[in-house]
Amino acid sequence: MSYTKRFSGRKFDELRPFEAKVGVVKRADGSAMFKIGSTIAIASVYGPRELYPQFLQDPKKGVLRCNYNMVAFSGSGDRVKPGPSRRSKEIGLVTEKALLPFIDLSDFGGAVVDVFIELIQTDAGTRCAGINAAALALAHAGIPMKDLVSAVAVGKIEDKLVVDLDYEEDSHEIGVDIPLAMSTRTGEISLLQMDGIISVEEVKNCVENARKACEKIKEVQVKALKEFYGLEAKK
Amino acid sequence: MNILKKHLYNTFDKGFREDGRKFDETREIFIEYGISSRSAEGSARVKIGETEVVAGVKFGIGSPFPDKPGEGSIVVNAELLPLASPDYDSGPPSIDSIEISRVVDRAIRESKCINMKSLCVKSGESVWLIFIDIYPINNSGNIFDAAALASLAALKDAKFPSLKDGVVDYKSRTKKGIGIVDYPISCTVRKIGSHLFVDPNVNEDLYSDARLTASFTSKNMLCSLQKGGNVSVTSDELFTMLELAKKTAQNYRKVFGK
Amino acid sequence: MGILVNDKDVVVPGEILAEGMDFVPSGDVFRDGEKLVSGRWGLVSVSGRILKLIPLSGKYVPKRNDLVIGTIENVGISGWRIDIGCAFSASLLLRDATQEFIERGADLSKFYDVGDYVMCQIVKTSGPKIIDVSMKGPGLRKLGPGKLLKVAPAKVPRIIGKQGSMISMIKEMTDCKISVGQNGIIWLVGEDPKKELTAVDAINLIERESHISGLTDKVKELLEKRK
Repeated sequence: MSYTKRFSGRKFDELRPFEAKVGVVKRADGSAMFKIGSTIAIASVYGPRELYPQFLQDPKKGVLRCNYNMVAFSGSGDRVKPGPSRRSKEIGLVTEKALLPFIDLSDFGGAVVDVFIELIQTDAGTRCAGINAAALALAHAGIPMKDLVSAVAVGKIEDKLVVDLDYEEDSHEIGVDIPLAMSTRTGEISLLQMDGIISVEEVKNCVENARKACEKIKEVQVKALKEFYGLEAKK
Repeated sequence: MNILKKHLYNTFDKGFREDGRKFDETREIFIEYGISSRSAEGSARVKIGETEVVAGVKFGIGSPFPDKPGEGSIVVNAELLPLASPDYDSGPPSIDSIEISRVVDRAIRESKCINMKSLCVKSGESVWLIFIDIYPINNSGNIFDAAALASLAALKDAKFPSLKDGVVDYKSRTKKGIGIVDYPISCTVRKIGSHLFVDPNVNEDLYSDARLTASFTSKNMLCSLQKGGNVSVTSDELFTMLELAKKTAQNYRKVFGK
Repeated sequence: MGILVNDKDVVVPGEILAEGMDFVPSGDVFRDGEKLVSGRWGLVSVSGRILKLIPLSGKYVPKRNDLVIGTIENVGISGWRIDIGCAFSASLLLRDATQEFIERGADLSKFYDVGDYVMCQIVKTSGPKIIDVSMKGPGLRKLGPGKLLKVAPAKVPRIIGKQGSMISMIKEMTDCKISVGQNGIIWLVGEDPKKELTAVDAINLIERESHISGLTDKVKELLEKRK
């Protein structure tokens, strides 16, 4: 079988339209929104603040805690039952690991930085959208970072390698989904998951595709942070 | 007394509010529909000043209550996300979030703005359930009114999904709305010391002694009331609060439309 | 090669500021091989060969001798815990608390109670969790009723101005009492609520536009227009 044309009509390496905005939650220490296609993620950051209970503290460096959640009306089918699920807990965990290598919490021993990610609407690629928003929110909160983190899902549908899968592609029977996060400055990869069947050679190509896509995403992230300052001044 | 609260009192005593508003003046209100139109059958965002709340409507099919075999029902749920304020904690729904959902629920239910019989698919067997979920995105005061408005806006935006052999097909949405003709508009009046005012900002919200949420039909009939806060109100205060709520609800209604 | 940004440019984490060995990193700028990289969201500050950043956000980092505004979190048996807007609260020990004599076993909440706000001075910091403050010194006191504003600590110098020129101008033209903590917490109160609001707006204007030249004139214009 051959996947000749994408369901959405996009080119195989084309991302859905995406945008980023910083400072969307006034009460938070840092916040951002990242929208890609119909997927909308909002992230807010609180801290560094003292971590309770005390036994969770690391005296050497601050602790990062990421919480991922889909609001009840954000699913494509039935209402999502509120509260944590195994899926949301795992995504919180991999998000934390995706961000941690690029943030420096060594000055905040005993403290915690909390990241809350809410999905308002979903159309696949939610963990990547969440990471893109969270990286911006951390920078906005003034957390020391070695780079912004950018994330995208790449993969394979039938015989074609694709970038930024939407829901239809994500649920395709002969499909492979690879969410990936990286620092485009260093090229280091901090999130990598995959499900489906694919060759090693193809994964190599997917990573290359992801790198190019992340560079485009990074550009928009940078612009959001730089523009926030100009927009605030104009108010 | 806390110096911030004392300062609020002092400013009120001079006839002013800290942010320069009059006692009966609300911040700018902004309503946006269909903010999650791909996922939710109805959705909306309400901003009151810097406060922002989103709400969404999902439809489901369920069995009716045995005593009301021909009626569907609504389920209102609010979650005070730790995303929205440093004062909100993670974990199971707090008592505050439960109160907000109950107050919003009661206004909608008691105004009878939704004809529950119209939600019947097959009497005694299957009925439509309407889930309304409310999430503050930023709490800069007055979450009660923002939550109520956002819920109504999401209901107004909602369109039934198709039903195929008793199963909901979320991918295909009909053009049929819930058909509400008279939306119950809620307004919360706050009391600090002897001063009564509407639409609190963060500080005014935090240091309020008492509050009264009143919901009105378009004919200015009351359909639900909730008094909250740690301090009591005199009956004279109560009557003033009701008048103030009525007037403000009329202003909300102008923004909300029909 | 050489420097890739201008003084006062807004930069983001991971942005390459300079290449080669001509410049030296300081503060939130770090070296990665040949490159000098920004480690934070901030404004570039170039002085000679030194490249550093003025952060645009972030929690206050306590420094010795700083005057800060904090709120009493807890009253213990041998002192108080004060929230000064850092990750950790500061401690005020009995001996640093007041010029008055405190009797053994006295009720410490009579001096400073939970929820009180104080202007205090940092006397010692060692490690992130140990911050000692004192209430003994000129200007250190319990604050009366007033409004609190929070600004990014890095913007405090602009709000104070050269030799206090900016803050004096605001105080004079609005008849407000204003105390600025180095931790970005500002306390203010005025007889006239309208003038108080003008002072708040002036401070917010400085916080938003601290990097723009001609700020003093802009603030003056706002104050005169609202007089």
